[in-house]
Amino acid sequence: MNTPVKTPDSSAAGASAPTAPRTRRVRGARVGGPRSAPYAFLLPAVLLFVAFFALPIGYAVWLSFRKVEVQGLGLGSGGRREVWAGLSNYAGALTDPELLAGALRVLGYGMIVVPTMLGLALLFALMLDADRVAGRRFARLTIFLPYAVPGVIAALLWGFLYLPSVSPLHFALDRLGLPQPDLLGGGALFIALSNIAVWGGTGFNMIVIYTALRAIPPEIYEAARLDGCSQRQIAWRIKIPMVAPSLVLTFFFSVIATLQVFNEPTTLRPLTNNLSTTWSPLMKVYQDAFVRGNIHSAAATAVIIALVTLVLSFGFLRLANSRTRQEESR
Amino acid sequence: MSVGAPAPTVAAGTPPPGDRSAPAGPPAGRRPRRIALLPSAVLLLGALYCLIPVTWVLIASTKAGRELFSTFTFLPGTGLWGNISDLSAYRDGVYWTWMANSALYAGVGALLSTAVSAFAGYALAMYRFRGRESIFNVLLAGVLMPPVILAVPQYLLMAQVGLAGTRWSVLLPVVLSPYGIYLARIYAAAAVPRDVVESGRIDGAGEWRIFRSIGLPMMLPGLVTVFLFQFVAIWNNFLLPYIMLSDDERFPITLGLFTLLNQGASAPALYTLVITGSLLAILPLIALFLVIQRFWSLDLLSGAVKS
Repeated sequence: MNTPVKTPDSSAAGASAPTAPRTRRVRGARVGGPRSAPYAFLLPAVLLFVAFFALPIGYAVWLSFRKVEVQGLGLGSGGRREVWAGLSNYAGALTDPELLAGALRVLGYGMIVVPTMLGLALLFALMLDADRVAGRRFARLTIFLPYAVPGVIAALLWGFLYLPSVSPLHFALDRLGLPQPDLLGGGALFIALSNIAVWGGTGFNMIVIYTALRAIPPEIYEAARLDGCSQRQIAWRIKIPMVAPSLVLTFFFSVIATLQVFNEPTTLRPLTNNLSTTWSPLMKVYQDAFVRGNIHSAAATAVIIALVTLVLSFGFLRLANSRTRQEESR
Repeated sequence: MSVGAPAPTVAAGTPPPGDRSAPAGPPAGRRPRRIALLPSAVLLLGALYCLIPVTWVLIASTKAGRELFSTFTFLPGTGLWGNISDLSAYRDGVYWTWMANSALYAGVGALLSTAVSAFAGYALAMYRFRGRESIFNVLLAGVLMPPVILAVPQYLLMAQVGLAGTRWSVLLPVVLSPYGIYLARIYAAAAVPRDVVESGRIDGAGEWRIFRSIGLPMMLPGLVTVFLFQFVAIWNNFLLPYIMLSDDERFPITLGLFTLLNQGASAPALYTLVITGSLLAILPLIALFLVIQRFWSLDLLSGAVKS
């Protein structure tokens, strides 16, 4: 207690580190703690980020500009060597009709999944938030339940339910003498795949939106009710606008997850002949890298997918931000 | 959006009762505690939709091989125990090895991930320092990276250091969780009072000790959520082990069942094993959520700090 705290801590703290314990005590008492502490706490995360995010990304970008040149017959140690490829891998990927077709398939799939899943999530969240609902806890937990089921297993279970010999839908149609649709082919395949994603994702998004709904102060509803608003008007005019940030967030993550669809179509493949090995762009990357053994073109495709994701993300975030600012300034 | 679009069964079910009881008000003489029919019916339909595959697998796993394709879908069979023992006998019980692997990857991975997230989230919430927001943003950007753009070069790099195909190759890349760090930051900011931390400093406690004895206990409820989130994410992970592993003694359950299904395409007898295996694989997590929701709120998953 004999040290008057007069040290201007910003410059002294770092410099006086190796001196007497007296000064160290002052340093310890610096408002906000010593300077190195936050970096030490962040060190594991940063190291892992470098090793498992930054380095692989850099390596993928590097690979995407390389190619293997085969000399002579390609035999022996000097037969194959890596050379600079410039943009040729990118040109190859962008002109590959299969990648474009895959991107279009995923676009179609996403246009079913995202609105349906978020629409249902919002609907269920609003219903959970309504007054005098029976079985609220049961419904909340049950609708959330698919979150705990791995995507592969969800695809597998639905896949069996789509098989004509097992499906209850086919059974019912058969009894009624109606024609039986092929759920794993043509346009129905998109619905079949979307259904798996909707089933798996609605619950989590519902919880996010419901949490936001419960954070709305109840006085607002009181005021609205006094003004003669019905439940439905309250939902449309107060609840939905107030949870808009959550809707933006869930939309954002749903779009990203949709772009990356891989597990469900991969799992359904053994059950149908209508899913190619390159159905989605990510499946094509896997196919190029590990089945066809062309890691360079796979890397270029992967970089393109990542760039599209990033551009979409930032574009969307900017749009969302400017919207909120407009709302605020109004 | 419509209720019916994705679920044929929901669309085919009975439409929700038409009377919108809520605005109509209670009839005279009855207590105003009437159940709101429309919301309850919508939720019930949603719950039924979510239960379809779970109910189906519950029933299908009771069917012996021949019954699977010959009896009505929702009619229970007679072969549950037979199926389970067949599954356990399949290739000397490799199924249980997969389950143990999944438990190992998800348990250890989630634990390490929670620790890393706790450190990082605590640092980001409790200190002001240069580069704080940029570090946070860069870490968060990891969420946006498609897993495959990471997994392919991760595999190649792992192969170069001789780790590809080992348990490390599926464990290490999942330890860093951007969403876990994001959640931990929110919890730390909300739960750890700054003045308590400051008074700890004035009393001469080191930063590590302050973290351990003040920060950590206060963040603990939030960290349970980070753990659960990561546990589920790793348990459900497919792409990374699919790319990294080739020896099926090290497969997690998702990859194991996938390979089993693939073989089933040529040997339908394996289908009963796949179905029984799926049931047993989803039970632990469903049980976990059922048990834990008594003292843990689902809302925490979306970063809500009060429940």
